[in-house]
Amino acid sequence: MDAVFKALADASRRQLLDRLRERNGQTLGELCANLAMTRQAVTKHLGILEDANLVATVKRGREKLHYLNPVPIHEIAERWIGKYEGHRLRALADLKKGLEE
Amino acid sequence: MSKPTFVYVTYIRATPEKVWGVLTDPKATPAFWGGVTVAFEQRVGSPLTMERDGTTKVTGEILVCDPPRRLVYTFHAEQPEVRHEQASRVSIEIESVPGQVKLTVLHEGFAADSKVLGMISQGWPRILSSLKSLMETGQVLAPFANADTHGDGRSAA
Repeated sequence: MDAVFKALADASRRQLLDRLRERNGQTLGELCANLAMTRQAVTKHLGILEDANLVATVKRGREKLHYLNPVPIHEIAERWIGKYEGHRLRALADLKKGLEE
Repeated sequence: MSKPTFVYVTYIRATPEKVWGVLTDPKATPAFWGGVTVAFEQRVGSPLTMERDGTTKVTGEILVCDPPRRLVYTFHAEQPEVRHEQASRVSIEIESVPGQVKLTVLHEGFAADSKVLGMISQGWPRILSSLKSLMETGQVLAPFANADTHGDGRSAA
């Protein structure tokens, strides 16, 4: 769990996760496009995200595809969200999203 | 080769045999699969059903059965609003890593603008976290909060 929080405590890494959320299964090259980060920096950040199990990779032919893996985030949420709070929290999140859009 | 739509990974402190045993036991699945009984025979070509409260939610066919390492099946959602959609494909891979297993779920082959896809993406993280919790602590997580292909608000216990 420490690894997950450490990995998320960085804006560049959160940006990479956002990009995977928009489009899952990207190669390193695709992830680097239009980013103000060097390829080396992206590789390093992806390594930290992979170690935290927030990014999962799959090899297809010669390509390595990167996927957002939400399972560790779900485990953290489940740990502190009470048994019956889920739907109320969801309603609040929807309201916030609706008001801010 | 097609590109998976989703890839989910969790690490579980258990043996591959135990994880395989729980995933393939229809009596065991409701506890972590949001009340869903997943039933099939461990052979290629066997039909697969996912059922809750006497209602069939998903049907499929076993494509690969390699205990305790790899299980691949087709996944056809049976709810009236989505049953016209083509079947997708689920691959479950169990790898031994030191002290634990790496459980990977790949789900692919959805129709363009698939409604099933949205339901799945809610369901898998819950199922995998619940399975991990059950195997490591003997406790299941909080009941699933909303209705989807994999579970609804009923207690998972």
